[in-house]
Amino acid sequence: MNTSPTSKSPPYDAIVIGAGMSGLAAGLRLAQFDKRVVVLERHYLWGGLNSFYKHNGRRFDSGLHALTNYVPRHVKNTPLPRLLRQLRISWEELELGEQTHSEIRFPNLRLRFANQFGLMEEDVVAAFPRERDGFARLVEEVRTTDPFAPAAAVLSARTELERFVRDPLLVDAILLPICWYGSAREDDIDWDQFVILFRSLFLEGFARPRGGIKKLLDLLTVRFRAAGGELRMQSGVARILTDAQGAARGVVLDDGSELESDCILSSAGWPETMSLCGRDVPVAEKGQLSFVESLHVLDRRCDALGHDATVTFFNTTDTFRWRRPDALVDVESGVVCATDNYASDTPATEGLVRVTSLADHDRWCSLDEDAYRAAKVTECERILDACAPFGIDPRPHAVDSDMFTPRTIRYYTGRVNGAVYGSPHKRRDGETGVENVYLLGTDQGLVGVVGAMMSGVTMANRHVLMPSDAAIAAGGG
Amino acid sequence: MNREEIILAIKDIIATIAPDEDVQSLATDVRLRDQIELDSMDFLDIVMELRKRYGVQVPEEEYKELATLDGCVTYLGPKLEGKVLKQRRDSPLPA
Repeated sequence: MNTSPTSKSPPYDAIVIGAGMSGLAAGLRLAQFDKRVVVLERHYLWGGLNSFYKHNGRRFDSGLHALTNYVPRHVKNTPLPRLLRQLRISWEELELGEQTHSEIRFPNLRLRFANQFGLMEEDVVAAFPRERDGFARLVEEVRTTDPFAPAAAVLSARTELERFVRDPLLVDAILLPICWYGSAREDDIDWDQFVILFRSLFLEGFARPRGGIKKLLDLLTVRFRAAGGELRMQSGVARILTDAQGAARGVVLDDGSELESDCILSSAGWPETMSLCGRDVPVAEKGQLSFVESLHVLDRRCDALGHDATVTFFNTTDTFRWRRPDALVDVESGVVCATDNYASDTPATEGLVRVTSLADHDRWCSLDEDAYRAAKVTECERILDACAPFGIDPRPHAVDSDMFTPRTIRYYTGRVNGAVYGSPHKRRDGETGVENVYLLGTDQGLVGVVGAMMSGVTMANRHVLMPSDAAIAAGGG
Repeated sequence: MNREEIILAIKDIIATIAPDEDVQSLATDVRLRDQIELDSMDFLDIVMELRKRYGVQVPEEEYKELATLDGCVTYLGPKLEGKVLKQRRDSPLPA
């Protein structure tokens, strides 16, 4: 060993790549138990796919539409309270404001859902009386399926749904919000992910931490540092170092410095992590779905304009298409979030509307600067024209707006193809095939803010905290 | 640590992990998970806290010894011998 005594710090118990929700949650979980852990982030701001930014003096969230999995204060044993327990965050600290209700809109269909599941059941039965029993059986199946049980095969949610529901419009209406909240698979979603999301969105519900995602990120970063964790910004990982046997031993940062650890927890994504290990993955395992999102500040609250839904999932035709568009943007389907419709002790006086649409990464990234700016304007108009028939048009009252594209997402998250929901091929055990390298977050198969944090906690438990028991028992510690 | 101190130590750990549970009135001879909601992840947390606070190692196959407070006393007694009870400053339990 010819290590120089001055340049190297002692090895970490774990190196976490990415300061998004999953990386910060994993870091906090480990730091709480006195592990020596560093979270590395390429950018100057933490949050990853769920971050925030300032624009003309206002702070906007870049990812969070809703904190899913909302349950009332004393419900236990569902994902959100379990997660908060593991991170020692109290319910009160989040200062959650509940949604009014949300809605699924097709040209001749409106299904509402709220934090009490009864509303959705009522609307489904009213619109599809013949599907009453099938829908009830579907709900029962979702309640009783264990989505975390090792599955023999990846099932299609669409095929499974068709066992319960016959009307293709109802199948699409159920898939619409579920795909929007986390499908990396075109025109479908894995059944186990469907079950997780159906519970998170419909059986549980939506809320928003007071002040948005920053509230949660502040809790995570402050606690992480207080517990002794190291959070390094502007510290991108250039590559993962492996030894002669192919096992990871540390990372090299963009500035050339090296950090040692025999446990790397990566939230960079599956193809991105493999690329850091010098390996490529098949094209089919790279995500294709990216988005544009426009944000509009209104001179009055949305409810003053008669729009009282919190999140609206819309489709302008009777068939829902969930694929990479053959155009800059697919305006046929989208999500509208009226942020000011979340309950708050200090209600906003302005309205804030966010509209998200599917977009093609390559088309956006091939535009030169002038064309890019012009496309943002024209595409935004097309998107707003598409959602106007559903009663939402921010334009007459807009006092400010902004838009981000797959190019922005790619730049800030490093995701191949700007693919927010990552690879269509999820790796539930977090294993990568490279010894000592484990996946966290989206490509481990859990999406959304709560899912990502749950992924961080679960992977930290499984790959760092629990194996160390065995190692110590064997005399290794 | 004597029996009472071990029970306090465990209750204080449970209060840290599950702050909204009533740990004061836990019976010592009934399974913890039959009295309050603790899942297998919570048992991992109890074990991790024991390690952090007292340097005690509990291998996974012996988690079952911690099922009741009486079980904790029997199993942890020898491991906690000569160690000092540590409670959080904001512990809801009598010091």
